[in-house]
Amino acid sequence: MSKQIKEPFLHITKRKEMPARRAWAIRISAIVAALIVCAIVTTLTTGLDPIAVYSAMIDGAVGSSRKVLVLFKELAFLLCISLALTPAFKMKFWNLGGEGQVLIGAWATSVVMIYLGGVLPNGLLILVMLIAAIGAGAVWAMIPAFFKAKWGTNETLFTLMMNYVAIQLVAYFIILWENPKGSGHVGIINQSGREGWLPYIGTNSYLFIIIFVAIITIGMHVYLKYSKHGYEISVVGESQRTANYVGIKVDRVIIRTLLLSGAICGFTGWMMVSGTDHTITTSLAGGRGFLGIMVSWLAQFNSIAMVFAALLLVFLEQGAGEISTSCGLNQSFGDILTGIILFFIIGCEFFINYIVHVRKSSGKEEA
Amino acid sequence: MFDLVSFIPRAIIQGMPLLFGCTGETISEKAGSLNLGIPGVMYVGAMCGVIGAFFYEHSHQGTDLNPFLAIMIPFLSCLIGSLLMGLLFAVLTVTLRANQNVVGLAMTTFGVGFGNFFGGSLMKLTGSSVPSIALSKTSIIFSKSLPFANDMGWFGKIFLSYGFMTYLAIVIAIITAYILKRTRVGLHLRAVGENPATADAAGIDVNKYKYFAICIGCMIAGLGGLFYVMDYASGVWSNDAFGDRGWLAIALVIFTLWKPNIAIFGSILFGGLYILHLFIPGAGMAVKELYKMLPYVVTILVLIITSMRRKREHQPPESLGLPYFREDR
Repeated sequence: MSKQIKEPFLHITKRKEMPARRAWAIRISAIVAALIVCAIVTTLTTGLDPIAVYSAMIDGAVGSSRKVLVLFKELAFLLCISLALTPAFKMKFWNLGGEGQVLIGAWATSVVMIYLGGVLPNGLLILVMLIAAIGAGAVWAMIPAFFKAKWGTNETLFTLMMNYVAIQLVAYFIILWENPKGSGHVGIINQSGREGWLPYIGTNSYLFIIIFVAIITIGMHVYLKYSKHGYEISVVGESQRTANYVGIKVDRVIIRTLLLSGAICGFTGWMMVSGTDHTITTSLAGGRGFLGIMVSWLAQFNSIAMVFAALLLVFLEQGAGEISTSCGLNQSFGDILTGIILFFIIGCEFFINYIVHVRKSSGKEEA
Repeated sequence: MFDLVSFIPRAIIQGMPLLFGCTGETISEKAGSLNLGIPGVMYVGAMCGVIGAFFYEHSHQGTDLNPFLAIMIPFLSCLIGSLLMGLLFAVLTVTLRANQNVVGLAMTTFGVGFGNFFGGSLMKLTGSSVPSIALSKTSIIFSKSLPFANDMGWFGKIFLSYGFMTYLAIVIAIITAYILKRTRVGLHLRAVGENPATADAAGIDVNKYKYFAICIGCMIAGLGGLFYVMDYASGVWSNDAFGDRGWLAIALVIFTLWKPNIAIFGSILFGGLYILHLFIPGAGMAVKELYKMLPYVVTILVLIITSMRRKREHQPPESLGLPYFREDR
């Protein structure tokens, strides 16, 4: 390299391909660094020593068999939403509407549960609820997809707005369904007869949910990796022009993929109402629609890696919940820790994708 | 009878946090950065202001506050907090080239958590005996209106009955609109947002413009949070009370087609839609929730109509949300 007078001090080039093992080493060291920063933040705010805090966290997340089951249930929900959003992202369609799609699925489930509960036999009722939820989620996702495919309407902003339309719609129905009147809550739906509740295994139906999501995980992996649809999705994601050129109907792929994305979100809503909560609130999705985007992104759209990414976030949240209660702090502490870890992981991708050259020592890496 | 004289001031007070957020987001988006962290930034801005005011008020218990310090301390802590959030976004998206949507959403998770955590734990952490954060003394100074406003009837009520931050919001919006449209800096900024490669070729320092746009945008948005706590909520912090106003601010950016001067009226309109249910006689609790849906539905309609009409000056900045790497060309 010839020495020029105005060579910049730092010079960045794109890396060809980093061996997977090194890439994961970088990611894991980023997580470790993030955990150290989290420990410092925790110590500064609570005055506890970090080792005690982390052992309290581990205890809070997996301390008893009951806690492990709850951890897996939370993992299943987050994972399911992440899986739902993944095909859309792979196509470079920013579906930020997971929150709304889950909620509208939950809403459709509740409608059927309230108005047909006791009318239909229980098995049929659950089936109708399921179909309603999947349909509602799919329609909610299809509306922005249709406008994107037809007129190129910005889907990031459109899906984002759809969340709040869904939230207000549900808020309206919550007040209609209030029980008892004036409480602002729906209360447990069909508490006496348990119409429309998923059957219990032991004291709850978490096991069903975990099995459902495991099936979806494998199904999504196969769908994206080995099916023709999955191939079309990745071509459209790489370049819409190429897709057009090879004869893929881009608008159809966009609408079809979003129908699938919304349907799985709606399915999650069904699981939440029929399987665990048996009620509906506007915060049912609880930010998982957004967190799912992170999971999908961190796992680089790989369904299996997503299990671990989701596990990390759920673990933190459950663990931080324990610290909050034991120290009398606020539940939101987990969000701060999650944020810090996300920033580190997002930042470390740079060192996987790029090389930094320092002047006068060309080729030397700083990563 | 629809009581316009009391409706308009309330709509304006509701609208001003949105106007701050919207102006900040517009600056950022005009430079090509879709900052979805704005809701988080507004929480952080509000909370930092609250922390500043909390310590100042508690070091002066019993005595009167110095009005200048009582305004400047929360104001500066709010600006510093939002600036740090802006720097975080800029470092991750511009220098480290991470995806803007992912960083933005992570910032919102972090920021809302930050606000609610300190909002719920500040008393415990500082060992103070008060049951909740109520900064009424600071708030009175923040929301002090002109002394003769009450003597001027409906005119005073509609135009003069606000604290200084309302006027600040409008002035910032007008200045921003002017800078974006009429100055060289604004032209460069828009060039960076429309086509960074061309801007780079013309000798504009793309990264510098992006950094400044993101940081200044975040600082302005943070003030929206401060306004909400100190003026609208009379200095009382309650968790999640700020609600979805951050997203509404992003909706407002689209609704006003990236023009801060239009956003002044847009924010008042949104604020009005937000509280309309209180002024419609006979509207039940349930219908009130449907009224709150209106700003979002209107925004969606604007989004659809502008994309269908394809008028050039009404489109989002061309490279909005896209990263720029000089080496990629």
